Formats: sequence, C-alpha cells, structure tokens
Amino acid sequence: MTTVPSAEHSRRDFLYIATGSVAAVGAAATLVPLITQMNPDASTIAAGAPIEVDLAPIADGQIIKVFWRSKPIFIFHRTQKEIDEAKSVDVATLPDPESDAQRTKPGHEPWLVVIGICTHLGCIPIAHEGEYHGWFCPCHGSQYDTAGRIRKGPAPKNLVLPPYQFVSDTRIRIG
Amino acid sequence: MSGHSTYQPQNAFLQWFEKRLPIGGLIHSSFVAYPTPRNLNYWWTFGGILSFMLGVQIITGIVLAMHYTPHVDLAFKSVEGIMRDVNYGWLLRYLHSNGASMFFIAVYIHIFRGMYYGSYKEPREVLWILGVIIYLLMMATGFLGYTLPWGQMSFWGATVITNFFSAIPGVGEAIVTWLWGGYAVGNPTLNRFYSLHYLLPFVIAGVVVLHVWALHVAGQNNPAGIEPKSDKDTVPFTPYATVKDGFFIAVFCIMFAWFVFYTPNFLGHADNYVPANPAVTPQHIVPEWYYLPFYAILRAIPNKLLGVCALFGSILILAFLPWLDTSKVRSARYRPLFRQFFWLFFAVCIGLGYLGAMPAEGVYVTIARVLTFYYFAHFIIVLPLLGIFEKTKPLPNSISESVLSKA
Repeated sequence: MTTVPSAEHSRRDFLYIATGSVAAVGAAATLVPLITQMNPDASTIAAGAPIEVDLAPIADGQIIKVFWRSKPIFIFHRTQKEIDEAKSVDVATLPDPESDAQRTKPGHEPWLVVIGICTHLGCIPIAHEGEYHGWFCPCHGSQYDTAGRIRKGPAPKNLVLPPYQFVSDTRIRIG
Repeated sequence: MSGHSTYQPQNAFLQWFEKRLPIGGLIHSSFVAYPTPRNLNYWWTFGGILSFMLGVQIITGIVLAMHYTPHVDLAFKSVEGIMRDVNYGWLLRYLHSNGASMFFIAVYIHIFRGMYYGSYKEPREVLWILGVIIYLLMMATGFLGYTLPWGQMSFWGATVITNFFSAIPGVGEAIVTWLWGGYAVGNPTLNRFYSLHYLLPFVIAGVVVLHVWALHVAGQNNPAGIEPKSDKDTVPFTPYATVKDGFFIAVFCIMFAWFVFYTPNFLGHADNYVPANPAVTPQHIVPEWYYLPFYAILRAIPNKLLGVCALFGSILILAFLPWLDTSKVRSARYRPLFRQFFWLFFAVCIGLGYLGAMPAEGVYVTIARVLTFYYFAHFIIVLPLLGIFEKTKPLPNSISESVLSKA
C-alpha cells in the first residue's frame, strides 16, 4: 500500500485536476436549485398580484386593514387634526426623516397607506395607540405617528409604503 | 484516559462476532471498564439525563409525527386531534412539550456545572465547544418545534425570530423572504420548519457522539478539578457511575412526571391555544421560558442591529470561555473570589430570565441594561482579570487525598 510518486506530470495528475474541477463545478451547480427552492414559488408570486380597494366606506379617522402578499396593509383616513399633527413635526428631529408629503400622494392628503408590519421584528402594531396617536407595537414598544413614522422605540425605520396609486378619487390599486 | 478493555467474551458466538466487529469491546471500554474519578457528585449525572431526554424527545416526536399534519389549515386541528382523539395522544404530546423544558433545565444545570468546576479548561476546550454547538442546535430545534402547533405564539414567535435576520444590512429582507418561502410566515414556512424539526435531533445525536468521544479522550473533570494520578483516584464506570446516573435519571423523571401529570401547561403559554391569526399580534408576546434571558438582552438594546448582535453574541461568547478564563485552577472550590462572581453571574442569568418575561418598559428596561452589561462583563472583564489577581487556595495532591481528608 504505497504510492509511487512520479517526477513527470502523469496522466493521473491530469485526472486529479479534471475530476476535481468537474466536482467543484457540479457541487456549485447543484447548490443553485437546492437554495433557490426555498424562495417564494410560482403560486405564491402569482397570488401577490395587485389588488384594488374601494375607499368610499372608510369613515373619517378610521383605519382599515387589507391583505396584499400576505402582508397587512393599513389604510388610514386621517382627520384634519391628524394631518396637522403629522405636518407640524420638525422633520430633522425624526429618527427616519421623511415629511408628511413624502408619505402621501399629492392631492390625497387624508389617505395614508402603509404596510402594517413593525419595522423592528415584524409584529402588527395596534392602531390609535401610543403617545403619537398612530400605532403602538405590543412586542417591543415601538411607537409610530399619524404619518406612520417611527417616533420612539427600537424600530429603525418608518412603516414601509407599499407601491400603490389612485385609480380614482375613492379607489386605490395596491401592487 | 480511555480504559484498557479487558473484554473477553466467553460465549462462542460473541467471540466469533467480536473478531468481525469489535463493538462489544468498544462498549465495554467506554461504559463498563471506563475509569471515572471517584469523587464525582450528582451534578455529574446530567450528561446521562440529557442523553435520556434526547431519547425521550426522539421517540415521542416520531410518534407525534404519525398524527400531525404540517399545513396551516390543519396543523392546529391535528394537534387538538392528538390531544382528544389519538389513543394516549395527550400523554405523548405533554411528554414531548414538557420534555423540551426538562431538556433545557438539564442542559442549563449541565452548563453551570461545567462553569463552576472549570470543566472547559485545557485539555477539554473541544469538548466544551461541542457542547455549545449542541446547545445552539437545541435552541434551533426547540424554536422550530414550538412553531408546529400553529397557535398565536407559534406564528408570532416564528415571525419575530425570523425577522432577526432582517437586521442584516442590505441582504436582510431577501434572506427573510428566502427563509419564509413567501412574503410572510405561511404554509411554506410551516412545511420547512417541520422538515428541519425532524432533522435536527439526529444532528444533535451525531454531535453528542463527538461530545462523548471527546469526553472519553480527555477524561471527566471532577469536583476537585485535578487529574486522576493513580488507580486509587478512579473507579470503573460500571457499576459506580451507571447506578448513580440511573438513580438520578429516575429522580429527574419524578419531576418530569409531576409536570406532565399535574401541571402540563405551566411552562407553556395560554395564547398558543388560540389558532394562528396573521392579522393580530397578541398583546404580550414572550418566547418559551428557556429563551427568556436572551430575549431580555435583545430588548435591552435600543438599536435593532446591535440588539440582534448582542443576542447572538451572548451565546457565541460561551465558545470562547476556555480562553477568557485565564486561571490555571479549574474548580471553584479552590477559587474563593471566582465562586462569588459565579453566583453573581448565575443570579444575573436568572434576573435576565425574569425581565424577559416582563413588558419592555420603564424600570424593567433599565435593569435589563445593567444585567446585560454584567453578563458580558463577566466574560470579558471579570474572568480574564480574576485569573491574574485572584489568590487561589492550595490544591490537594490527589483526588483520593481530597476525598479521604473529608471522611
């Protein structure tokens, strides 16, 4: 059981390198399906198509929750007082500075549409709670204002805005 | 310290078999003739208890898997079916759910015992690190299993824990979507968690084999923290350690049975008997008791990324313990100052566990910050300095001397 080393490059050296290369490429190629299969499948992506929501039944000051891509979306019909509260804040003092205008669509100021997932660790904040009259997250105590901006607590970002546009004055399409 | 096997089977078939596969000799040298220090106390029986609990979890788990359905619409119902319809299903499920808690009680005692008697020190560093790996695998397995009943705590626990990875800058969100297999925790998540929850106990069993192997190479530490020097310092594993382990496993089982039969939901959370609702997060969300100290550390830090780093860091720092503790003396018995700091550290861990169960507000957060600071300071400041400044007591000359001087 001894190996005889040869001084010259042999056919075995070639086989070593060739086999090793094929194994490395093969292993890398096999990893692609093994890893990618965990990403959302075709049916999950298909179910994430845009949805339309009728805003007419939402009363002043009311927040409704709809689901888009398994995520809750808060649609907040803000009162004048709540809009003024959101606008009166000095943007520079915010943890994640964004003005109220950046978070709503021009001409549709009463409507705030945000993804209802706390940007800390993914819980659903409770509406009309907390010191800033927006949302309060029961998990770790993050507080959001009436523009869905983070004001206090461990969450790093404002509530995320989903892609949406107004189809008419009382109808939006999310997605 | 592996015992020299004197295994000589009398039976002709066993002789024939031993020549072809010497497994009898391996078992004999590992669990019969294996020399154990003669001064081991009952704190050394928790390795046996842990092996026993791993067996309990695997057996009850395989049986539960025969009745459980990993689908978001059926999981909760199938668990209720196990509780109400399956023959002895209530018993098997309570054994499994309380068994997880017993497993963690035993592992915490096992870890603190190792810390008190310096069992992680040279030449047992690899043995210790394998133990930390087993502990991490246990935490992952426990978390995955808690998701399966698909109650409110299952769902929101899974959401919060998977969101830890969203703290990673840049790729965090993509990793979380990949873990979920969707845009939120859902059916693909439940399916893969079930698959992995079935897999990991066998990975644990594999690492346990390495752990025991490393133990049998280095030999057991003991309350005196000195190596056996002669045959007078050791006794054979069987009968001395076997009966001691067996007796204490039986005592441990009495406690286990008390939980299972008298207060099976004491260690659980009532909210997990509410079916998962992706639209509503429970008012007060807490993890299982065995994660509470780490949960308190996470919440003590007001920054998301740093909080998650501290949580993982508080576990990973254990792996560096053999090098952070600079003292040459192993056992706390001969380290008067270390002993006090050990109990302080123990109290801090219990305190963090308590705070993890409390709401994250007001004075609780302040205390959690102080305790989190001490938790890390114990490893990074106290232990390295103690090794330099502490005046230790004289060590006995041998294990038998330390035993006989007390008698």
